[in-house]
Amino acid sequence: MAAVLARTLVVGLTMCMVAGAAVGGDLKDLYYGEALYYADQGQYFEAIARLDAEMALHDSVDEPQLDTLWHHVGDAKFFVGDFELRYRMHLRAGRAMQAVLEGDVDDEVRNEAAFRLARIYFQKDQPEDALRTLTRIEGPVPDAIKDDLEFLRANVYMAMGRPSDAVETLVPLQGSQDLKGFTAYNLGIALLQAGQQQEALHQLDKAGQLRTSDQGTLAIRDKSNLVLGTLQFESADFGPAQHSLDRVRLEGPYSNLALLRAGWADVSAENFERAVVPWSILAKRDSTDAAVQEAILALPYAYSRLNVYGRAAVLYGRAVETFGNELNKVNASIKSIREGKFLKALVREEIRQDKDWVIRLRSLPETPETYYLMALMASHDFQTALQNYLDLEDLRKKLVAWQHGFDAFDDLIRLRRQYYEPLLPGIDSQFRELDAKIRLRLEQREHLDQRIQAMLIAPRPDLLATADERLVSMRISELETRLQTADPEDIQLQNRIDRLRGVQTWTLETEYHERLTEAYKHLQELNSDIDVLTAQYQSFVRTRQAAVHSFEGYDIPIKRLRTRVADATQRLNLLMARQGHMLETVAVRELVARRDLLDSYQNQARYAFAESFDRAAKMQASEEQG
Amino acid sequence: MGCHRFRRGVEALGGNGAAMIRRLEILISGRVRERAVRCQRILHAALLCLGISLLTPAGAAQDLSREQMQGLDEQVQEIKSDVLSIAAELDNLEEQLLYPSNTQLAVFVSIAEGDEFRLDSVQVSIDGEVVAHHIYSFKELDALQNGGVQRIYTGNVPTGAHQLDVAIAGKSSGGHDFSTADSFSFSKDIEPKLVGITLAGPGSGSSIQLGDW
Repeated sequence: MAAVLARTLVVGLTMCMVAGAAVGGDLKDLYYGEALYYADQGQYFEAIARLDAEMALHDSVDEPQLDTLWHHVGDAKFFVGDFELRYRMHLRAGRAMQAVLEGDVDDEVRNEAAFRLARIYFQKDQPEDALRTLTRIEGPVPDAIKDDLEFLRANVYMAMGRPSDAVETLVPLQGSQDLKGFTAYNLGIALLQAGQQQEALHQLDKAGQLRTSDQGTLAIRDKSNLVLGTLQFESADFGPAQHSLDRVRLEGPYSNLALLRAGWADVSAENFERAVVPWSILAKRDSTDAAVQEAILALPYAYSRLNVYGRAAVLYGRAVETFGNELNKVNASIKSIREGKFLKALVREEIRQDKDWVIRLRSLPETPETYYLMALMASHDFQTALQNYLDLEDLRKKLVAWQHGFDAFDDLIRLRRQYYEPLLPGIDSQFRELDAKIRLRLEQREHLDQRIQAMLIAPRPDLLATADERLVSMRISELETRLQTADPEDIQLQNRIDRLRGVQTWTLETEYHERLTEAYKHLQELNSDIDVLTAQYQSFVRTRQAAVHSFEGYDIPIKRLRTRVADATQRLNLLMARQGHMLETVAVRELVARRDLLDSYQNQARYAFAESFDRAAKMQASEEQG
Repeated sequence: MGCHRFRRGVEALGGNGAAMIRRLEILISGRVRERAVRCQRILHAALLCLGISLLTPAGAAQDLSREQMQGLDEQVQEIKSDVLSIAAELDNLEEQLLYPSNTQLAVFVSIAEGDEFRLDSVQVSIDGEVVAHHIYSFKELDALQNGGVQRIYTGNVPTGAHQLDVAIAGKSSGGHDFSTADSFSFSKDIEPKLVGITLAGPGSGSSIQLGDW
């Protein structure tokens, strides 16, 4: 029961959560935006994978506040849980929310996590756990989830059989625009469950007259009217029942049931002429629908009660034929399913691209296995099994593609190795020579720098002599040496040498600061050249490394991934077989039940045809006699 | 005339004439009444189920073991988790192998917040070469308008200056066809380069803007 409530009542809740999911006005992290892009299209696997990768990267950086995801990390943690939930991974989603709850976070964040965890429990048909989690919420709650939180609380109360608490919770929510329709309907149901019949009728009447253009709210409005009409019918208020059922849209998802019930309301009020109207409309609709099938049988009954036996007999005759055709279809469907064609039809890619794929699949002439798919889709178990099967099929395709991808990776690596390996020894040899030269120049530059730094403390003009000056100095020294061994009378020559040295020393001393400045400038210029050289050097080293990294070190990861993919494929195939078998079993059981019903309908129609025919014949005979 | 057609119908159904029909008459009227009563019973049961089961026909599927269903569901969840983990490892490997960080370039497309023009296609060229051309489905467009960001291209370029050309086609919110193109320069360093293109409809100044990320 709680499961039924969970899937039915939580609709409004989840719809509202989707709406705001991808809105991000000030996006700082492109990959986070990419995850939202996938999620918005229902590609939850890709969204989770992207967000997981971004969050893992974010957790691994030293300064997370500098990472672009920092601005969205709070939302990202919730979204990943949401996406997992939508991808029907309740266990992981629950763990993600539990982790947030147990973390060192603000009250608002913790409360939102508690809300989301409670929602997971509720969807997993564990209302007690959901309520326990909701009671942990204390302090401020984000405005965006305030109404959703109370709506969930009310649903939990209802699932636990506490309708009065649900009523108390739902009454203040009636003004919520986001949950319009859902709160109104649920309040009506809660009142009904609490035994407040009149209040429930009044509330459902309100819910059935909501003004809206939103498709979801329109559907819930139809549902309100359908339930209200049914309640009134039950209370033998056939007129109001008729009125409520008439408010259900003719093209909505509940129109078939509403038309059927409207007819029965008329019949119960002995107003057979009016019953003909809704049943005539309904009888012309898709004959695989259970309500339509019932109408096909009910319509001639109404005619017979109007004493229009001729028309009744014609319609009973048609009903016999229609039920016969439907029985053939059901039998064909069962046979096809047992032959394994059902599962193949379900995973047809070209069909699944269409949002109305269920309808399209059913309309394909060559797929008898899917004639009754719409009827099957009404079963929650079937829906769950089908969605799991389709998810598994998507995963299987991914795994197959990845397995093929490994061969391409191997090829790529082999080609890179073939190209780079012969080239690298020659390049390395050239590089070593170049490297030696670069290192020498770097050492020279370092030496010069040290000299200049030293000269700032202890001036050494001789070190700033030009090449010519150094040659002259050497020549002077050489002449001095020769004079020392020559005749002492050459004093005059010695004086000339001293003068020359004095001139040189004068030049070096007087131009020292100017020369030191020049030398410093030259060293700075050399630095820029060295920077260019260093950048080229590093670029070469990186390129050299990239060349090696382009084919080295992949063998083990690829081998490991190959094994993981192969293992996963094997397990997945096994699981798909079991899931497929379950689908087929559910489908066949549903169809057998439908076949039994059709069989019974056909028998009834056959007998009724005979009766109507007999009466028509009698009537005609009495008219002829009269 | 009509009477003859009825008789043929009875024969086709294997009926044996008026005697049989009279005999069945009593049965049938009883059955149809029974049907009305049964319908009421169904409705009554439905009400007990808060009106919800009205919309969910009771099915034989519910006979299936709940544990069996849950067990399978949990196994499906486990394998999803495993495949996600493989995907993460594979993404990492692909990035290292195909798009090393020193040459990696990723181009993203988004739509300016609140802009409701209909984007039909985007073409991206890098240094004069077309690298991506995408035609948008309704779902993709909706995702972009809801704030999602599409990674339209991932590839490799050397470090240095590059030219990015973007051409878009679509319909304005007023329903008029429009197309525009723009050219941008960007510089690739040794880190992965992310380029974000924000698109807007006509009448909002610049239709194509390049963001640095």
